[in-house]
Amino acid sequence: MSLLNSSGLKGRKVILHDMCLRDGMHAKREQISIEQMVKVATALDAAGVPYIQVTHGAGLGGNSLQHGFAPHSNEEYISAVAPLMKQAKVSVLLIPGLGTMQELQSAYDCGARSVHIATHCTEADTSPQHIAFARKLGMDVSGFLMMAHLNDAEGIAEQGRLMESYGAHTVYVTDSAGYMLPEDVTERISALRAVLRPETEIGFHGHHNLGMGVANSIAAIAAGASRIDGSVAGLGAGAGNTPLEVFAAVCDRMGIETGTDLFKLMDVAEDIIVPMMEHVVRVDRESLTLGYAGVYSTFLLHAKKASEQFGVPARDILVELGRKKMIGGQEDMIKDTALTMARERDIAIPC
Amino acid sequence: MKKIKCALIGSGNIGTDLIYKILRSPVLEPVWMVGIDPESEGLLRAREMGLKTTHEGVDGLLPHVQEDGIQIAFDATSAYVHAENSRKLNALGVLMIDLTPAAVGPLCVPPVNLREHAGNLAMNVNMISCAGQATIPLVNAVSRVQSVSYAEIVASLASKSIGPGTRANLDEFTYTTSSAIEKVGGARKGKALAIINPAEPPMMMRNTIYCLTDDEPDREKITASILEMIGEVQKYVPGYRLVNGPIYDGNQVSIFMEVAGLGDYLPTYAGNLDIMTAAATRTAEMFAEEILAGNIQLKATEVA
Repeated sequence: MSLLNSSGLKGRKVILHDMCLRDGMHAKREQISIEQMVKVATALDAAGVPYIQVTHGAGLGGNSLQHGFAPHSNEEYISAVAPLMKQAKVSVLLIPGLGTMQELQSAYDCGARSVHIATHCTEADTSPQHIAFARKLGMDVSGFLMMAHLNDAEGIAEQGRLMESYGAHTVYVTDSAGYMLPEDVTERISALRAVLRPETEIGFHGHHNLGMGVANSIAAIAAGASRIDGSVAGLGAGAGNTPLEVFAAVCDRMGIETGTDLFKLMDVAEDIIVPMMEHVVRVDRESLTLGYAGVYSTFLLHAKKASEQFGVPARDILVELGRKKMIGGQEDMIKDTALTMARERDIAIPC
Repeated sequence: MKKIKCALIGSGNIGTDLIYKILRSPVLEPVWMVGIDPESEGLLRAREMGLKTTHEGVDGLLPHVQEDGIQIAFDATSAYVHAENSRKLNALGVLMIDLTPAAVGPLCVPPVNLREHAGNLAMNVNMISCAGQATIPLVNAVSRVQSVSYAEIVASLASKSIGPGTRANLDEFTYTTSSAIEKVGGARKGKALAIINPAEPPMMMRNTIYCLTDDEPDREKITASILEMIGEVQKYVPGYRLVNGPIYDGNQVSIFMEVAGLGDYLPTYAGNLDIMTAAATRTAEMFAEEILAGNIQLKATEVA
């Protein structure tokens, strides 16, 4: 654990990126109102958080039967939030194959100025047109390698170089399953740092399914990352993202500079986010299963729903999805897998 | 029996798999393979299979069109170069079957609208996308029973089956497929999602089709229509198979299916490749039969 020795990190500057209003949409079954978005975003802005992500949980193009419909379009959310920001930049998520350049243009027109262009950790070459287009718009562009535990350090480095070559300013290691341990993070971030240009930043996006969000984010910084995603009170998919106020407190103690106001973040968590939660976002039996079995965090509530519908325990469904190596975006395969398992177990399917 | 001579443009996964499909056809004969890289594996394989090849793109083929009697060309390059390829070949009276998402010509899904195209000779027919070929028959199977306000399809594809052209142009795939769900599938609004999964061993092509009907779905009729349509597609893609469903939830109909390929060029997991090449071959065969029967004559189009 020498990496967690604070002495070497004193004075390091880190950019925080809050995910409550995007990843947190998953934890709210995509049901966050415009009023809630505005309230959270203005409070985060006042607390000095420099980047705030605002969209459907699955990003641009996310409104669908596959991923659920939010009460408002991405354009409506972004237009409501962006003009009120005093210092924060509004960011969006775009997963090629789901979101398109037309939707990115439209998000930009509504005020989004930063974007995570996300691909599975081995499929970076599906992102060149979207990264190039975001650069053309003049946005801050991150390449976002999801389910990063499914590629080794060398592979991540190679995929990161591709995204850098398309024009990404930052390359993210994204622990979508909350599966990684600090040494896994260290390996991958170090490999990226070794091959990327010095001016290309590295980011880390954690999920707290094994309770490692904060420790993993510190390991990422120690290995060369300068951008950290988290969400206040951990409002995100699975057991949530790295809880941002906890991470900010740890940074303060270690002398890492985030430029945020810790007490204000704590107040946002306690007074605004926690009362918004439909369920307490925490490491419970199913979210722990995600982290333990390496399953995409967003599958959590879908698996719980399929479990209620088809009578197969959510944990069994999640473990099977992990075994079948299903990845982000394959939410349809949750119901499909539950149906097949119910048939194999002779459970009558209501329909 | 006389066969119609064909040229294949693009020496990647789709072009190569097409050779196998066309070689089996009673009415089509593959004669030329066009590429842009002299070292490409696809051109080498085509030569080994007895085709003439050029690495100079469509321009390398043009001087040979008349002497070799080429009447049908398949374009498996990219949406960006398709229009120019089509213009040059149409000018020589060659009918174009477009396997890129360019969608210059009318959209074709054989079990849904192939017959319409036979009567209505277009010099360019578009095959939409692999996901479109796999899912639109089932959207249509629902919409021919009762009106569908919205249809959404999710295609999961094995990473190894997706070539560089599709990867670099995912948006074109999305736009063309979404629009075809409306125009050919019969839904008032369509949306297409694609996921590329790198699992080893590679996963079989999986597709999920969701339809929202305006009124309460007539379960019996819709299920029967879906099963009948699956039978139609199986005539040219035997591995087209229902896995789960249809499941009815309010006005939502959900269908979960998979497509196993014949394993010609890529292994059977690449059903996406097969359904595209098989649909294109079936479409070309329909035109070939009409040409051979003397019902239609291909004419050189005016060069604008």
